Parts: sequence; structure tokens; C-alpha cells
Amino acid sequence: MAEVHQDYLLQARQMQALSFAVHIPLVCFGIAFPALVLFVEWLYLRTGDELYRTLAKRWTKVMAALFAAGVVTGTILSFEMGLLWPAFTASFGSVFGLGFAIEGFSFFMEAIFIGIYIYGWERLSPRAHFASGIPIAIAGFTGSLTVISVNGWMNHPTGFHLREGRAVDVHPVQALFGNGYFWHELVHMYLAGYIVTGFLVATAYAVGRLRGRWGRYERTALAIPLTVAALCSPVQVLVGDWNGREVARTQPIKLAAFEGLGQTRRRAPVHVLGWYKDGRVEYGIPIPRLLSLLAYHNPNATVAGLDVVPADERPPVNVVRIAFQTMVGIGSFLAVLGLVYFAARWRHKRLPESPWFYRALALAGPLSVVALICGWVTTEVGRQPWVVYRVMRTADAVTGAGGIPIGYATLALVYLALALAVAWILRRLARAPLDPALVTAEEP
Amino acid sequence: MHLYELPLLFALIGLAFYTVLGGADFGAGWWQLTAGTGRDAASIRNHAHRAVGPVWEANHVWLIFVLTVVWTAYPTAFGSIASTLSIPLFIAAVGIIFRGTAYALRAGASTARELRAIDTTFALSSILTPFALGAAVGGIASYRVPVGNAAGDPFSSWLNPTSLLVGVLAVATAAYIAAVFLCADAARLGERTLERKFRTRALAAGLVSGAIALAGVAVLRSDAQPLYHGLVEGKGRIGLFASIVAGSATLALVWFKRYEASRYTAAIAVAAIIAGWALAQSPVFLEGLTVREAAAGRDTLVAVTVAVLAGAAILFPSLALLFRLVLGGDLGRGESVAERPAQARSLLTALAPGLLPRLAIACFVAGIGFLTVADAAWAHALGVFWLFAFIVAAFPAALPPDLLPAPIKNRSRDHG
Repeated sequence: MAEVHQDYLLQARQMQALSFAVHIPLVCFGIAFPALVLFVEWLYLRTGDELYRTLAKRWTKVMAALFAAGVVTGTILSFEMGLLWPAFTASFGSVFGLGFAIEGFSFFMEAIFIGIYIYGWERLSPRAHFASGIPIAIAGFTGSLTVISVNGWMNHPTGFHLREGRAVDVHPVQALFGNGYFWHELVHMYLAGYIVTGFLVATAYAVGRLRGRWGRYERTALAIPLTVAALCSPVQVLVGDWNGREVARTQPIKLAAFEGLGQTRRRAPVHVLGWYKDGRVEYGIPIPRLLSLLAYHNPNATVAGLDVVPADERPPVNVVRIAFQTMVGIGSFLAVLGLVYFAARWRHKRLPESPWFYRALALAGPLSVVALICGWVTTEVGRQPWVVYRVMRTADAVTGAGGIPIGYATLALVYLALALAVAWILRRLARAPLDPALVTAEEP
Repeated sequence: MHLYELPLLFALIGLAFYTVLGGADFGAGWWQLTAGTGRDAASIRNHAHRAVGPVWEANHVWLIFVLTVVWTAYPTAFGSIASTLSIPLFIAAVGIIFRGTAYALRAGASTARELRAIDTTFALSSILTPFALGAAVGGIASYRVPVGNAAGDPFSSWLNPTSLLVGVLAVATAAYIAAVFLCADAARLGERTLERKFRTRALAAGLVSGAIALAGVAVLRSDAQPLYHGLVEGKGRIGLFASIVAGSATLALVWFKRYEASRYTAAIAVAAIIAGWALAQSPVFLEGLTVREAAAGRDTLVAVTVAVLAGAAILFPSLALLFRLVLGGDLGRGESVAERPAQARSLLTALAPGLLPRLAIACFVAGIGFLTVADAAWAHALGVFWLFAFIVAAFPAALPPDLLPAPIKNRSRDHG
């Protein structure tokens, strides 16, 4: 396609970022929530204890509402592939599109079986109902697999040749699934799904406990997601470190932006906090040689700086760096919170009792969403100015159509309405009274 | 049929499914919007919601299917369409958000007033989305989308006689399909009053849709000559003819209360229009771009075809299960879990006190070794495996002990 001029490239990028930021937390629930609900239902099948059935049914309603929001926000993303980035899709749709086409079927399976699962609580035998939930959990995984295969390709494009600006000799399967850059992203995101879902659900019951709602029902509803999230968050630290090494190997400029490394150097340090200006980090706390050690397992290794590419091929360093540090900071906090939980679990054989733990937990859910979005800002803004890394600039991908500011403002308002609607419905569902037998069943 | 046409055939089949099933959803919204107030109106709205609620998400995935197949197999055409027709497509997208929000909200609404407010506020989207999508199709069908990034006129590409015709027709057929389906559902449930109401609506909407379609032929003649000739004289004739036959058959079937059969003829009437359009326009995709020129390379076309066929092999049995459940009511109800709960503690639970934590720690250490210390790609894969094994092994061990499924003897007496 011929190149066009677009005055509102930044707004188009922000509109895309807004759409992702709204959709990705919902994706986490698509990845992890079905498994949690199914686990609770499995407990019911094993024990016949009505408490588990009640919990699974109430969570199913939450899942239904969030899935509806996920469906529509996901639809918007697929529209935006054409509405905002038609030149990207026109040039490379034949390479990456297959990932979304397969994802479409995952989405189908999710939508069909979530319909069966929600509708089937009273209409299927208990075992058939449990079985109908399993495809939802599987589709949540395959869906994120195919979408992330596309993101992996955008960060590490392979499987085609360029001839006169056109993709020729295209091998989409190899481009998407034979791509070495994709597995670490997938594992990182899949764990993030469990961490965000686990902490957000636990947050809801932690707030309840701080307000005095604390029976066996609430303890169960808190402990299951909390345990999952607390196990995943230390593992995420290790996986995050692995991601960093992969970035160092394939996208050194992105790594340099993470750390604000202006010049290529040996024994590169890490700076905690601070502000990147004129090729160096000011007011940061330096930790000598740590970047070399983390990126290459060698404290004396040479790390490429931003200076290896011209200025117009560098990402906006401070955006990337602050997002990266926020993600790492929150991730560390969540990992520590997980360890505190396990310490209490081991020493006292029960949930922690300090209100401070529950206050921290009340923050953990929202913070995990912040970390999630910061992680995606890190990788997506860190790839700039490229939409397809070192192949196509974002500026060359954008639509030539006018009216982006109007679309952006409209979408922001619509998403605000959607957010209010989802908040209203979740409050409603949370306030629906429990069966009195469960409330009084057991008070510690 | 050539390989380069296959993905387009899949996309058109998907579009037909979306027009019928997604259309039924939007049409249901139309009947909710026009139900008025009072007890009768509330029962109409509830019936429309109950019938579509379990299936609307699956119905909407058809649209995503169409988009993804087109942008993979015909990327240049997709980029040209999406950029020139960005306004109607954006309007359609906003309408879809509202429709989904209504479903999400309805899950928590409890009073009749809340339900009515939700339905009427969000049902506006039921007109917006089909109209906007129809207008976009009208722009393509009347060759107003040139090849290029936003190369066409942003307004006249979708605000023109053909677009307005297809847009209005889309709204009318959606209402018609929905009325036929809802009438059949009401008859199945034995709801006599609702059956009568939707029968009237189905007949009226069918007549209106037919009248619009007939008037539309005149519009096409003056505004979209190539499409008109293709539909009336060319290959598209078959589709047009099939649609008229199936549409008339639907009216007759509804009149004689043969509702189950009318579902299928109504769907055929709508699908035949899409087939007629495709045949009338073939082999041209956009002005100056044939389907063959628009198609991606061979590997991509093969991959899409294989993916779609493999996907369909899973999709259609699953869809059949969903619709059978929704239309038929039950699938093996009556088996009670409480009568035959598990007798023994699970193996994992039995292991929990001693072995599991140690196993989990061993997995974690192995994970660090392979993922963090080692550098080879195969080692990283093993590392991820061990870390996931750690999570799975540690989960039952780390849950507070009183939450684990206890031996059934104690538990069932306490709470049974």
C-alpha cells in the first residue's frame, strides 16, 4: 500500500494501547478463572459439600459477566487491526493472520462451552457439567498461545522475505510457531493470567475480611485463588529473568531502554529508580555490574547501549524504563507476599491472621493489574518505532483515514461506560445474599 | 474452485452464519426495544433474552472468524476495506460493545425496571450494528472501496443509496430472523401468548423485509449497475431466486405454524442473498482487484484452509451440543452427586503431609537449575516444565488443610 500521512499517529497508538489495557485483564480471567472454578466444582464432586457448589456457581456468574466484557473488547481489537493499522495488516496479514484465524476457533470453543457451562448448572449431570468446563480452560490456553505467537513474530519477524516492500515466500506456520521468541512470552503471560486472577479474586475477599465477613465460605474463596497466585508469583520472578535474557539476545535496544543504558559498555550496572536523560540515568541508585550479570550471566559482559542505533530507531526510553521498573517492583512485592503466606501456612498451619497481611492483599490485586499492563507497555513501547521489529515502522502501518481523535474519545467514553457497568454488576453479584446455612455453618 | 477462492468461500459461509445467528441476536434486541412497557412487554423482553443469552457469544465469534480469514488470505483487500470504511466499522464495533454490556449487566439486574432500562438503553446497538455493517457491505458491493490505505471517500463510501438499502435491509432481516426463531422457541416452550405475538411479528417483519428487498432492486439498478446486472441477469440470479423461494416458504410455514422448519428456510433466505451477492460480484473483490490478485501466497492459503477445516471439525459438533442443550432443555439431568460422593481421599491429598512438599521443592530447585542457571533452549524448556510441576505439586500441599476435601465420612454428616 502507498504511504500515507497521518497527523495523529500518537493518538492511534494510544487508542490501541487503551484497547489492550482494557482487554488484557479480562484475558487473565479467561486464562485462569475457568481452572479455579473447575477446581472448586471438583471439590464439590468429591465431597458433596454444598459450600463448594455455591462458591463455584457464584464464581460462574462473575466469569460470565467478565467473559461478556472480554468478548466485546476482544472484538474491538480485531476491528482495530484494520481500522488503525490497515497497512500493517495489508502487508503482513498473510504472515501473521493465521495465528488469529486459529485463535478464532479457540474463541469459538470458549464461547460455546462457557454457554454450556453457565446454562448447564441445572440441566446437566454433575459430571457432564464439570466436563463441559474443561474445554474453556483449554481454549483459554490455546487462545493466548496463538495471539502471543503473533506478538512473538512482531518482535522477532521470521518466515518471509521482503521484496520491494512486499512479504513474499511466506511460511506462516514457521513464522508463528517455529519462532524462538515466542515461548518465553507465552509462559510469562500465562503465569500472569493466574497471578492477576488469583490476586484480584483474593483481594475481593480480603476486603471482605477487613470489613468483618469471614466464615468458612469466605476463607475457602480466598485461600484457593491466593494459593495459586502465591505459587505463581515467585515462579514469575524466575520466568521474568529468563524473558530479560531472551530480550538481551534478540532485542538489545529494548534491553538498553529497560535500563536506560545510553552507551555500549562492559560491566554494565542496573539503576534502580531515577530518570533517563541525555544517554544516562540521573538520580538512580546504581548496582554495579548487575545488568551484565543478569543479561549474560557474566559480570564483565559487554551490554549494547542505545547508541548502537540512530536516534530515530530508539524507543521512548523513560516510558519503557518506568513501566519496566514498575512491573519488576510490583512483581517482587507479589512474590514476597506469596512467601509471607507460605511462611504462615507452614508455621501455623492456617491462613495468616495479621490485618496487615489482608491490607497488603487488598492492594495486591489492583497492583497485579498495573504490573500486567506495565509489562505489555514494556514489550510494546520497547519495540517502537517498529511495529514489525526492524522491518516495518509503526508510522508506516497506520491508517490514512481521518477522525482518529474522535474515535479515540468515543472509545474512551464507551470503555468508561463498560467499566462502570462491569463494576456495578460485580458489586451486585458480591452483595447477593448467601444461603444462610452457609453463613452460619462454621465460624472460627 | 481454486485454492485462492477457498478462504473466501469460508469467509462467506461465516458471514452467512453471522448474518443469521448474530442477526437473530440483534433482532432480538430490536423486539426488546420495541416491546413497550407493561407485563406483556416484560415477558417479550425476557423471552428474547432467555432464548439468545446462552448462545450470543458464540454467535458473535462468526464475525471475528470472517475478519481473521479475510485479513490472512486477502490482506490487501482487508486493509483497503477497513481503512476506507473505518467510520461504519467503528460504529458497528461500538454497537457490539453495547450489546455485550447489556448481556453482562443483565446477569446482575434484579428488578423489572432495571431490566427495562438495560434493554432499551443497549438495544439501540441492535439497530446501529447491523445497519453499519450492512452499509459497509453496500460500499463494497457498489465498488466504492478502491485499493489503498483510506483511498476511498470516508463518507460517500457508506452513505449512498446502495449502502442505505443494505443497511436497512440488514436491520429488517435481523428482526425477521429473530421473530421466526423466537416464535419457534415460544412454541417449543408451550408459551401460547408469546408464540402468537412473535408469529405476528415474524409475518410482519417478513413482509417488510421482502418489500424492502424488492424496492432495493430498483435502487441497485440506478446506483450499482454491475451488481444489479450480476444479480438479475448474471450468476447471482440463483441466489436471488433461492432467497425469494425460501422467504416465501418461511412466511407460509409460519402462517401454518410449522415453526421448526421455518427456522431453516428463514436462514436459507438470508444466506442465499449473500451467495447471490458473491456470485454477482465474482471474480471481482474490489474495483480493479480480482479475488485471485487479492489472495495471499500458496503456503498461507493452504495453512488457512487446513486450519479452518480442522477447526470446523471441532466447531460444528460443539455448536450442535450447545444448540441441542439450549433448544432441547436437558442433557441427562437427574444424576445426583451427593448420593455417590467419593469414598477415599485423593492420592494427592493423602500425599500432602509429607511427600508433596518435598517433591514440590525438588521441582522448584530443578526449575531454577534449568531455567535460570543453564543457557540452552532445551534446558529452558525443561526448566519451565519443572516450575509448572512445582506449582501443580505445591498447590494441594499449600492449601490450608481445613479446605482440602476431607474424608467424606466426616464432611457429609456435618453439612449434608
